[in-house]
Amino acid sequence: MKLFPIRGGIHPDYRKERTAEKAIVAFPVPAKLYIPLQQHIGAPAEPVVQAGDLVKKGQLLAKGQGAVSAPNHAPTSGRIEAVMEVTAPHPSGLPQLTIVLESDGKDEWANDLPAPIADPFAATPDELRARVAWAGIVGLGGAAFPTPVKLNLGSQLKIHTLLLNGAECEPYLTCDDRVMREYASDVLDGARIMAHTLGAAKIVVAIEDNKPEAQRIMAEAAKPFPNIAVTGVPVQYPMGSERHLTQAITGLETPARKLTADLGVVVHNVMTARAVHKAVREGKPLLSRVVTVSGGAVSEPKNIEVLIGTKLSELISFCGGLAKEAKRFVNGGPMMGQPLPGLDVPVVKGMSGILALTASEVNEQPANPCIRCGTCVTICPCGLVPVEMAAVIRKDHLDQAAHLGVMDCVSCGSCSYICPSHIPLVHYFNYAKGMLNAQDREKRRLERVKTLAEARNARLEKAAAAKKAAAAAAAKKAAEAAASQSTAENRPGA
Amino acid sequence: MLLAIGSVAVMGAALGGLLGAAAKLLAVEENPLEVELLAMLPGAQCGQCGYVGCGQYAAALAKGEAPVTACAPGGKSVIEALAKKLGVTADMDDHEEESLQYAVVDESLCIGCMRCLAECSVDAIVGAAKQMHTIIKQECHGCKKCFNICPTEAIKMVTVPVTLSSWHWHKPQSGEGAVH
Repeated sequence: MKLFPIRGGIHPDYRKERTAEKAIVAFPVPAKLYIPLQQHIGAPAEPVVQAGDLVKKGQLLAKGQGAVSAPNHAPTSGRIEAVMEVTAPHPSGLPQLTIVLESDGKDEWANDLPAPIADPFAATPDELRARVAWAGIVGLGGAAFPTPVKLNLGSQLKIHTLLLNGAECEPYLTCDDRVMREYASDVLDGARIMAHTLGAAKIVVAIEDNKPEAQRIMAEAAKPFPNIAVTGVPVQYPMGSERHLTQAITGLETPARKLTADLGVVVHNVMTARAVHKAVREGKPLLSRVVTVSGGAVSEPKNIEVLIGTKLSELISFCGGLAKEAKRFVNGGPMMGQPLPGLDVPVVKGMSGILALTASEVNEQPANPCIRCGTCVTICPCGLVPVEMAAVIRKDHLDQAAHLGVMDCVSCGSCSYICPSHIPLVHYFNYAKGMLNAQDREKRRLERVKTLAEARNARLEKAAAAKKAAAAAAAKKAAEAAASQSTAENRPGA
Repeated sequence: MLLAIGSVAVMGAALGGLLGAAAKLLAVEENPLEVELLAMLPGAQCGQCGYVGCGQYAAALAKGEAPVTACAPGGKSVIEALAKKLGVTADMDDHEEESLQYAVVDESLCIGCMRCLAECSVDAIVGAAKQMHTIIKQECHGCKKCFNICPTEAIKMVTVPVTLSSWHWHKPQSGEGAVH
């Protein structure tokens, strides 16, 4: 298959060998599970259970709200202990509403789960989408965007290719690699179902060249299907970004503020495809995921299939605990992953990696002045000018940063990685993006206030006019009454 | 040739005169700057700036009598927009950036006097005479007018909490380290 070059990028030390050859192991059902209501992009789920309820495995715990949301299901059977605020696996360390489930140790499935769809290729796209939505599937590559919303793109746009993302360009992470090696047929079946839902004729599986074993196994599994092409892509971070992968495969660059779907390509992660397979073929909701536990501080790094809601501290103990002092815990990969407030937080759907990094791996250095070497400009995979953007953001000229295209930054962190002066460039861009979004929200809020104030004025004017009309009518009536009375008085002989 | 020059000259003079007369007769009395400034303000008519409403504040701004920092609900973004429009530098020192608040009614203290209902500029309070009142949290814009008028101090102002969806990264401090 002909490949196209992508702009910029970096070649970090991949450190995948620590877990790449380790088969996925299942983590036993923990005593307690903590299921946060917001594990996805969009509106948080709304709980349908309360403290004291007994639930079975796979039973609905919280339903999705609005167009972009995802439901949550019980990962095992047991009793709902509470619905309360628990620290979220989020860099802010803020609490969020979480369902606490105490396991009864029986792990009994609910008996009202939907039946498997025997022949998904005879089912309508709506039927399949409804099943994926029911299962609470979100993008398992890390973005956690609700999958059914992405599968709906086929109804609005003409999609010709489903691009299955097995690039896994983040260092340390090997969970996608392992899933492709161990569940190749499930992944491809899920991909075929997704392609059918999207109306896409072609499926391309893209795997970085540092995973030759996964490439071989996937190519083998894809042999019976002429419409599936398995291709290697060069090892170049951030190849796994959906825009960049699309460019590498099709040669087309996704325009700013557009989707890859506008080019006729929809990108899904390989683990998401496996979850779709389970939901459609087995009628099972998304209850677990494979996560890479790695980093220099972990005794025995592993790939673990774990129930959503398991505390990270239990997973670290399962990996033999910490051998060295961890300077930082990271949710995801070391490039784009976010720092965790600690290990007392649960595994969520979008968590692809849990890294315990030592001080030497974190390699924190004080920032020096910019020497204007221009390396960040050369390596920016989005064609932006990090040096200029950071300079204007430092002076809080956010409108200028927006003009320079900060909203088109994908936060891949290549610029921060390469900067010889250790300037936290991507931190500036994340700050600017957050501020610009906050300003946008503020603007919408003020518009709402204005609308409400105008509605009130209109109401008051209407009420005043009605009052005036009533007063005028009353005065007229009084005048008429007086007039008729006076005529009566003036009548002679009265 | 002469005829052409003459006729164009006569037409020019006549049309020019017409335009001049129209400009005098049909002049807009409203200050266009005032209208533009009013469009920038939140329009909540809350009166926290010290003027009766947004219109009066905009008029004072246009005359250069009022500071651009007086609008509390507008916040930093409105101040910056006003300063840019008027070509002045906003002195942010005398503007206290308060985090957004909303009002809540303490149900045990409310006597149902309806005074706050009349004050609310966005109709965010529901209630009836001698019935307990309540405030629609999503619609309240935190102008404190109800808080100030309540005779039983039943209204409290609560800061809108930072949530997972509203939180964002802070600005890197100078000298803060890069990580790789």
